[in-house]
Amino acid sequence: MGKTRLIDENGLRSDGRRADELRPIKIEVGTLENANGSAYIEQGKCKILAAVYGPHEAHPRHLTQPDRAILRCRYHMAPFSVPERKSPAPSRREIELSKVIRESLEPVVMTELFPRTMIDIFIEVLQADGGTRCVGLTAASLALADAGIPLRGLVCACAAGKVDGQIVLDLNDLEDKEGEADCPIAFIPQLNVFSLLQMDGLMLAEEYEKAVNLALEGCRRIYEMQIEAIKKKYREAKAEDNNQ
Amino acid sequence: MTKLVSDRQIVVPGEALAEGDYRVGENVYRHGKTILSTMVGIARVEEDRVSVIALHGFYMPAVGDVVIGIVEDVGVTHWLVDINAPYPGVLRASEAFGRGFDPTRHELLDELKIGDVLIAKVLSFDRTHDPVLTLGEGGLGKIRDGVVVSLTPSKVPRLIGRKGSMLGIIQQKTGCQLTVGQNGMVLARSQDKRMENLVIKIIKLIEREAHTSGLTNRVAKLLDAEIERMKGD
Repeated sequence: MGKTRLIDENGLRSDGRRADELRPIKIEVGTLENANGSAYIEQGKCKILAAVYGPHEAHPRHLTQPDRAILRCRYHMAPFSVPERKSPAPSRREIELSKVIRESLEPVVMTELFPRTMIDIFIEVLQADGGTRCVGLTAASLALADAGIPLRGLVCACAAGKVDGQIVLDLNDLEDKEGEADCPIAFIPQLNVFSLLQMDGLMLAEEYEKAVNLALEGCRRIYEMQIEAIKKKYREAKAEDNNQ
Repeated sequence: MTKLVSDRQIVVPGEALAEGDYRVGENVYRHGKTILSTMVGIARVEEDRVSVIALHGFYMPAVGDVVIGIVEDVGVTHWLVDINAPYPGVLRASEAFGRGFDPTRHELLDELKIGDVLIAKVLSFDRTHDPVLTLGEGGLGKIRDGVVVSLTPSKVPRLIGRKGSMLGIIQQKTGCQLTVGQNGMVLARSQDKRMENLVIKIIKLIEREAHTSGLTNRVAKLLDAEIERMKGD
């Protein structure tokens, strides 16, 4: 059985990127009027919207923690986000990703400042093309910051993996499905800690190390873009005001 | 003691502001020797103190704050008031009926219904209890006329201005009587509905541009221009 070639003789990938190149990223903070905080991100063909509500009273009441706020996260893929219509009901995969994303964000949110409350995070995948958990996490962390919730830092996330025997950064859907391995990570630069580290597929120990380092480098680049996106929102308000 | 950002610079959560023996002010935390921001805001690095003025935030009740709230539930002995905070405000029945309150004789709905708007003061609040409100002071109680405008609570100090300068200008020029709740709800009262509408417009402007400099002057100018235009109509 002939396998699809994912990297051509010039070392370029299926979408024309080099091995250590991210997909083009566009981030917008404060997109939604009605949520307390929101962010929209496009990374290659991925389009994801994140919204944050709260802190507010915890419902149902029994979930309340006397010493801290609780986080509730919903990762959801729109029925039209994939080539074949996806049932809008939460799937096993979505429930798992919601948990994984929530646990990646928990170390940065200063939940101890507002006990007995709840923070809602919604991640809506409008169009999926691989790496949605990382892209969603990047957006969710910006939405939290936009909501004015005290954070120890921002979470940035990026994947690396093995495709056609090569270690590559930020896999797209095709590379994720046809490649040998995918390793998504989330990183908190200020605390210098990982808050997500997963792997799917097979890699040698040295390849794994190379992949994590490459993903880390991707995270750092995404982090710069996150900062730029937040500052842009307020700079625009300032520019508008100078024109008056 | 080294500063890592310039004063009044926009910072994001996790951004390092300073290193060394600074005092930790609002919206910052210490991680090792570094002081980092927890919010999107404007950095204030003073002589010995580092803080961040948040650009967007929610209201956390504090004892002594005057707040404006909306009744959201009526119980047998208390009302629950939405004060735009993570916790509901509790208003005890005795605040309205006095010490002689008796749940068998008094009907809470006679005093305050769901949807009623009131000015109250936070009597007590801590991590384990919801904020308890009081009406037992001058200027507090049910609101019967005027309009209530909301803005993000972290911008309340900007609306008030240095020593009340901004608020003073708005009141003086529009003739509206303003009551500012620390929870970001503002009551504007005037005989002239057009002036109330103008106040709404001005408050929205302040909310949008709170982080820019020279705002008080711009507000004054805009007020003059708008009032002039109204006279022309």
